[in-house]
Amino acid sequence: MDTAASARTPRQHWMAVLARAGADEISRLLKDMPALPGYRRLRGPDTGLVMLRGRAGGAGAAFNLGEMAVTRCTIRTDGGLTGHAYVAGRSERQAELAALLDAMLQDPARQAALHTVVIAPLANAQQRRRDRDARKAAATRVDFFTMATMRSGT
Amino acid sequence: MIGDIDLPGFTDPVAGAQSSFRALLSAMAVPGSVHEAGIGLTPPAPLAPATAAVLLTMVDGEAPLALDAAAEPCRGWIAFHCGAMFTDAGRAHFALALTCPDFANLNAGTDEGPEESCTLILQVKALGSGTAFRLSGPGLQRPALLNVDGLPVDFAARWAANAALFPRGIDIVLCAGTTLAALPRSVMVENA
Repeated sequence: MDTAASARTPRQHWMAVLARAGADEISRLLKDMPALPGYRRLRGPDTGLVMLRGRAGGAGAAFNLGEMAVTRCTIRTDGGLTGHAYVAGRSERQAELAALLDAMLQDPARQAALHTVVIAPLANAQQRRRDRDARKAAATRVDFFTMATMRSGT
Repeated sequence: MIGDIDLPGFTDPVAGAQSSFRALLSAMAVPGSVHEAGIGLTPPAPLAPATAAVLLTMVDGEAPLALDAAAEPCRGWIAFHCGAMFTDAGRAHFALALTCPDFANLNAGTDEGPEESCTLILQVKALGSGTAFRLSGPGLQRPALLNVDGLPVDFAARWAANAALFPRGIDIVLCAGTTLAALPRSVMVENA
């Protein structure tokens, strides 16, 4: 499911985008921004496992698909804004950057610029990757309906 | 909602929790012995560092916690850093209190499951000064003295009522500043 696009609030959107972006990708985009505010860590970054639940088809019962590594971090800027991040994988730097960005994006004075320079490009890149993967998957699709028709014809 | 959190927990969660757990074990093993815990912690008022260390070490989503009215301002901090589940005093596995509550309101466990009883984390003004108590019982080869500032005047009598429930009954962890001491249910407390 495309979680980034279906996020309900702007904050959910940017958190979803940051959760999927690599630390290098984020730092590269942040290079051109004015200096980051000072901050301190409230919790983490620390890595743990999260159980993924799956469903086979719309009517299937939920089952445990497997565990994935998730890294979380919470920071507080000197300006008094708290930023949270839960990101996929084990990159502590990504979690810390994402938490810092989450805090900065809550600042109305910075939000628009950060959105243009960091969030929008990341979201676009992620959308392109999803489209590419979807195209690749679509090319290998097997239409079982055709086979069933062929069998019934013989 | 847990509200606005502006203070960190353990700087190093693993080492912090392990050293606090060691302090708690030692305190429980030798009732009345005073141990250091929570050095370097900066919890929100009115929590003392040792109290915060015990909470961070023991309380999680599977150990429901009850707060007394005076501890209420720290609810957000505890919820965030411990992942605590809050409940009322009668059902809590841990109760945090800044004034000594009526032990009858806390879960004393059952004869089949005395380990299900509540552990009271009681923050007092000071350990090592104030009223003197003579402790005796398991873990103490000879009676020991513990000075506590901040317990009610009839504490010894109230503790005797709790001890009479044995094997049921609550256990207490006393915290003040960066020190803690424990009173397991098996210990006898008299005014010295």
